[in-house]
Amino acid sequence: MSDFRTLVEVASALDAGTISSVELTRDVLSAIADAKSLNAFITVVDERALAQARVADDRRAKGLAAAVTGIPIAYKDIFCTRGVRTTCGSRMLANFVPPYDATVVERFDAAGAVMVGKTNMDEFAMGSSNETSYFGPVHNPHDPNRVPGGSSGGSAAAVAAGLVFAAMGTDTGGSIRQPAAFTGVSGLKPTYGRISRYGMVAFASSLDQGGPIARSVRDLEVLFGVAAGFDPRDSTSAELAVDPARHKPIDALRIGLPKEYFAALGDRRVAASLDTARRWFEEAGATVIDVSLPNTDVAIPTYYVVASAEASTNLSRYDGVRYGHRCEAPQDLEDLYLRSRSQGFGREVKRRILTGTYTLSIGYFDAYYLKAQRVRRLIRDEFVRTFADVDVLLTPTTPGVAFPIGAVSDPIEMYQQDVFTVGASLAGLPAMSIPCGWVDGLPVGMQLIGPHFGESLLFTAGDAFQRATDWHTRRPGRKP
Amino acid sequence: MTWDVVIGLEVHVQLATRSKIFSGASASFGAEPNSQACAIDLAMPGMLPVLNADAVRMAATFGLAIDAELPAESVFDRKNYFYPDLPKGYQISQFERPIVGRGHLDLKLPGGGVRRIGITRAHLEEDAGKSLHEDFAGMTGIDLNRAGMPLLEVVSEPELRSAAEAAAYFRQIHVLVRYLGICDGNLNEGSMRCDANVSVRKSPSDPLGVRTEIKNLNSFRFLERAIEHEVARQIELIEAGGTVVRETLLYDPDRDETRPMRSKELSEDYRYFPEPDLLPVVLDTAQLDALRQGLPELPNAKRARFERDLALSAYDAEWLTSDPDVARYYEAVAATAGDPKLAANWVMGEWSAAMNRDAARTSPLAAEQLGRLIVRIKDGTISGKIAKTLFDALWKDPNKTVDDLIEAEDLTQVSDTAALAALVADVIRDNPEQVGQYRAGKTKVLGFFVGQLMKATQGKANPQALNELLKDALAEVRDR
Repeated sequence: MSDFRTLVEVASALDAGTISSVELTRDVLSAIADAKSLNAFITVVDERALAQARVADDRRAKGLAAAVTGIPIAYKDIFCTRGVRTTCGSRMLANFVPPYDATVVERFDAAGAVMVGKTNMDEFAMGSSNETSYFGPVHNPHDPNRVPGGSSGGSAAAVAAGLVFAAMGTDTGGSIRQPAAFTGVSGLKPTYGRISRYGMVAFASSLDQGGPIARSVRDLEVLFGVAAGFDPRDSTSAELAVDPARHKPIDALRIGLPKEYFAALGDRRVAASLDTARRWFEEAGATVIDVSLPNTDVAIPTYYVVASAEASTNLSRYDGVRYGHRCEAPQDLEDLYLRSRSQGFGREVKRRILTGTYTLSIGYFDAYYLKAQRVRRLIRDEFVRTFADVDVLLTPTTPGVAFPIGAVSDPIEMYQQDVFTVGASLAGLPAMSIPCGWVDGLPVGMQLIGPHFGESLLFTAGDAFQRATDWHTRRPGRKP
Repeated sequence: MTWDVVIGLEVHVQLATRSKIFSGASASFGAEPNSQACAIDLAMPGMLPVLNADAVRMAATFGLAIDAELPAESVFDRKNYFYPDLPKGYQISQFERPIVGRGHLDLKLPGGGVRRIGITRAHLEEDAGKSLHEDFAGMTGIDLNRAGMPLLEVVSEPELRSAAEAAAYFRQIHVLVRYLGICDGNLNEGSMRCDANVSVRKSPSDPLGVRTEIKNLNSFRFLERAIEHEVARQIELIEAGGTVVRETLLYDPDRDETRPMRSKELSEDYRYFPEPDLLPVVLDTAQLDALRQGLPELPNAKRARFERDLALSAYDAEWLTSDPDVARYYEAVAATAGDPKLAANWVMGEWSAAMNRDAARTSPLAAEQLGRLIVRIKDGTISGKIAKTLFDALWKDPNKTVDDLIEAEDLTQVSDTAALAALVADVIRDNPEQVGQYRAGKTKVLGFFVGQLMKATQGKANPQALNELLKDALAEVRDR
């Protein structure tokens, strides 16, 4: 039995005592078992979840419940969980059991959340369709023949299908926002540095950022409040409190529409959905203005150079020596490296390791990596300048709706999926995707991008929109 | 013909921090293999480096001591290569923007005189682990205790002109880092290692010759021998019509020999790029001022002061300042004794011999006790000979004090002229044969009488008083 209540709603039910965490967790576990065909989970931890639920019920009885106490959630299988296998969607780590928890997991544990399992994902978070997972593709709950997006595809699908009330994902170039858009849920990539990367398997260190996926903006705000905060174990973690002064009434909000984003949007029906959302903001009293981000067209190549360069060395540690996949009977050291890595990594991961190694090599470094870093700086500066004039940017999240599994085989075409999301990633800005329309029975997402550490502006705008619209409440199988 | 020899040294100084440079694992020496390697040192998925502030402080202290430029910001880079004892597949080091910029060392030349040697830079980096090939029958053992140990790599200009100069430079750096308290200086535990770049040319006006690099030199003696050998090899090669090939030679401390490194141990392209997991290191003026205030007196200054203020010979001043622990001990002895020269004689003589004999790292005999012993010699309470006996007793039983022992064993020297005169008269009466010899002009026989008298007083006779009485008495006999 799937449960489509929001996290905030179910927290009130727990507070009111109409349901216990143990009952809720049992329901969730049985829904997950019924929805096996979605392939949203890599690992489900029934016993562990029920034990956590019992503790949460005790805690609530003692009047010590926090906002997420007793609520079943899932983690993308990129977050290390002590004693629970963490695969990162790869054969390389198919049997890896970490002896430590990620900071994100620690924080939710401390808040009393119940972990029901680890969700499917593109291998090492490299992919935009969840098709690169060693554990097979995830199916979109709105249409099982379609992808849920990626790389946090399992997390988004689990939330969209009513299997969990929230899931933590990670976003390097759009990996929370694009699957949230494809599955009709809300997803937040916070400002780079907001959420600790400790214990989160690294893809591209200067871009990776954890964030929540849930059914409403209010839920995202609650989850963000639990996950965010300074962590001395991550040197890039920010020592900054959430600034409530950034909360602005909707009629004081200045919203920018980057014209390059809309010019690049080919799908007219998606454009129409965005236009409806724009009109809603105008009618609500917000000031909507056109802005220009001229470097938008170089964001994708810049992103793929930077991300692949970092990934190529981040993944060097998977060498078959200390943990992870090791080939049978290695003849010598080179054979150990060669076969362990050839067998352990999938095609897309290998492609990016090779690309990244190339761009960092003598003779290519200046032309690729260094130039990409310079362009990245330009892109960042361009955003920062724009935020002098606007509070948030409103853009499409994706060029279209969820595509059929197997439909995109050319990697460059797949990379184009990220055209609207990589800009905020390169600039380190907070960005959120929320549902804003429906095309062919599939959800459409809009992206709100805020200034550095301006998540509360996104919550203000997004929550106002969701209070007035019902796109975020539409469930799979119930066509409008 | 004579050849011009050009040598540059890279000295790796292992900083004496309590924990490793990027993890909290203990940095002590000699533990069970892999017992001091945590998840960060093992490069487990999701682990992040956190910079040890003590390592930064020590590096900056070194920079101040060599009067170096200290840039406000320095940057860590990844140096990428695969090796089983390099868990991440990259070493975190500093490439383009090291923490310590250009500085210098005033080198006391082996043949006398001083020459200023340029220090190009010094940068922070982590050490790798150890590969153990011998004990595992066809397999390789990996010990990661050393992985992540903090190193400061000090790179000299190619301004050293002989093997002896190179060894003197290495020694002087060794003394300096011990004075600064940033390295324990234990060469046999690998706390300092050295790579030497060596080339020869026919004349100082010629361009530099092709250089070879000898890696992993861990003793002064071998550094000098290896360079001498390499210089001779290069000259012989060129004189025979050959050319020097640029290559890397590895010193094997177990076999005490060098061999060319296998090509597999060399990487042509380390693909350096800025480490995205760490922020730039910032050294602000306040921090540097505080460190400057805390700098100890450096060896050159101390040596000059010993010569100038304590009127020690150049040799004694050099000897006493070559080890900060010895210098500290000596200064305490001299302060109590009130006689710098006598204190120097005792520290360089009896004390140093006892330290060497027992291979003691710290002196069992407190400096104040040795100082008081010297006071008692000076005030005539005990003779030098008795003092040596007392020294041995104090060395064996550090809880005793000089005055206790003097009293307990009745060692006060006999200066009572009347008592001594009676003894002198006895000795002259009992040894007519020797008296005869003395009278015949054999004045050396005086020593015999002194010996007899010392025996009679158990060494307690005041030698000066005794000598006078004896000479007078014998003169009297002769005159009769």
